[in-house]
Amino acid sequence: MTKSDLFDKFNPIIAERQALLDTGVADPFAIVMDAVRSPTEAVINGRETILLGTYNYMGMTFDKDVIAAGVEALTKFGAGTTGSRVLNGTYGAHRDCEEALKDFYGTRHAMVFSTGYQANLGMVSTLAGRGDYVILDADSHASIYDGCAMGNADIVRFRHNSVEDLDKRLGRLPPEAGKLVVLEGVYSMLGDIAPLAELVAVAKKHGAMVLVDEAHAMGFFGKRGRGVTEAVGVEADVDFIVGTFSKSVGTVGGFCVSNHPKFEILRLVCRPYTFTASLPPAVMACAATSIRKLMSDGPAKAERLWKTTRTLHAGLIAKGFKLATDTPQSAIISVLMPDQEMTVRMWQALLEMGVYVNMSRPPATPMGVFLLRCSLCAEHTDAQTATVLQRFVAAAQAVGLPLNQG
Amino acid sequence: MSNRAALYARIIELIEPFNPKKIALTEATSFSDDIEMDSLTVMDLVANMEDEWDIVIPLNLLPELETIGQLTDAIAKLVKD
Repeated sequence: MTKSDLFDKFNPIIAERQALLDTGVADPFAIVMDAVRSPTEAVINGRETILLGTYNYMGMTFDKDVIAAGVEALTKFGAGTTGSRVLNGTYGAHRDCEEALKDFYGTRHAMVFSTGYQANLGMVSTLAGRGDYVILDADSHASIYDGCAMGNADIVRFRHNSVEDLDKRLGRLPPEAGKLVVLEGVYSMLGDIAPLAELVAVAKKHGAMVLVDEAHAMGFFGKRGRGVTEAVGVEADVDFIVGTFSKSVGTVGGFCVSNHPKFEILRLVCRPYTFTASLPPAVMACAATSIRKLMSDGPAKAERLWKTTRTLHAGLIAKGFKLATDTPQSAIISVLMPDQEMTVRMWQALLEMGVYVNMSRPPATPMGVFLLRCSLCAEHTDAQTATVLQRFVAAAQAVGLPLNQG
Repeated sequence: MSNRAALYARIIELIEPFNPKKIALTEATSFSDDIEMDSLTVMDLVANMEDEWDIVIPLNLLPELETIGQLTDAIAKLVKD
């Protein structure tokens, strides 16, 4: 009998990766941080590097109160819970963290998952069951698509950010069927924001429940930093907000907040919540402290973050780079690149000059585009922003990337 | 021309813009193996077909619609319903 190799299906991507590495570039998906100096600086390959691809929007990773809370919890409660939230894995720190979330969002309920990925996986797969519909934006994050694949609902996809397309597709569904419309405040690849007021209004017109993932908006959209939902004034019409601790909060974990009266039952029926170990108490203490600090210090940090973002966005356009959005819509600035080889060469040139950005390629990106994606931090200084801009220009010259002539 | 034959002819027209290598399209042509469409392109193509006939083709049905013939049968059924 012939022996089959289950890895044969990966041959095309193995060959593509090898061909790329054979051109002599470093592997953009195998970066190691040897030391981390601050939210904006690390040592990579022995070189001092400005971090511009970490989603550490509010710079909370090294906040002294956050670290102190984590150290205390680590010492008092140990390194981990070794248990599920519904068995031995709920400590006071988990409850405190959920209280902090309820205060931050002004909701009656909050549920902490072990990652943001699991929060979307769990909410989408559990809320919509057999005979129900999930209606999702075409550019949705992998965790939302995976939640759809895990559940039993019928899945309908609408064109990215198109209010008209959502309306049309909802109109084709049986009026009596259960419907969950899944949106994101900020889409992380291009850094564009959703027309949430219009999308939510259409969803409500068709009797759908609405879930908004605000992972890339927490802390700096809306007066209280609750996200694009708050910024456009539709909090009352959004049934579920999903978020993460691995961006603005500066640690790891995911959550969902809601005012639904039956929300708490999810703890028993949502498998990605129930059948996994809870986060370590130190992580929960860091998250709770960070969330509460964002309630007081958030607005000042948000102001700095927006200012830096506007400066870099305008600077890159002035230097002739093509960006995914004409205006700085979020704290993500995506530079459009012509092809994979130029993207990797430019990425490597930047890294060798001491600037780390994310390289993104299809299918993670929409419309087959290649991107160098920058995410800003409230702690980036004006001097760092100026240095980044100089290095972008120098890197483009070094690799022969054509720039628009002003 | 039967209803299915007319439907098939229109489906071929809708697929052509997504067939840059201009391979010959038949009932047995596979979207992934022959036309080499990635999953995102398949979803975009299906969205156009939903609009063409004002039907819903849920994404969860796609794994079973591997060939043009299978897609035609599925759309014929949805249009009739």
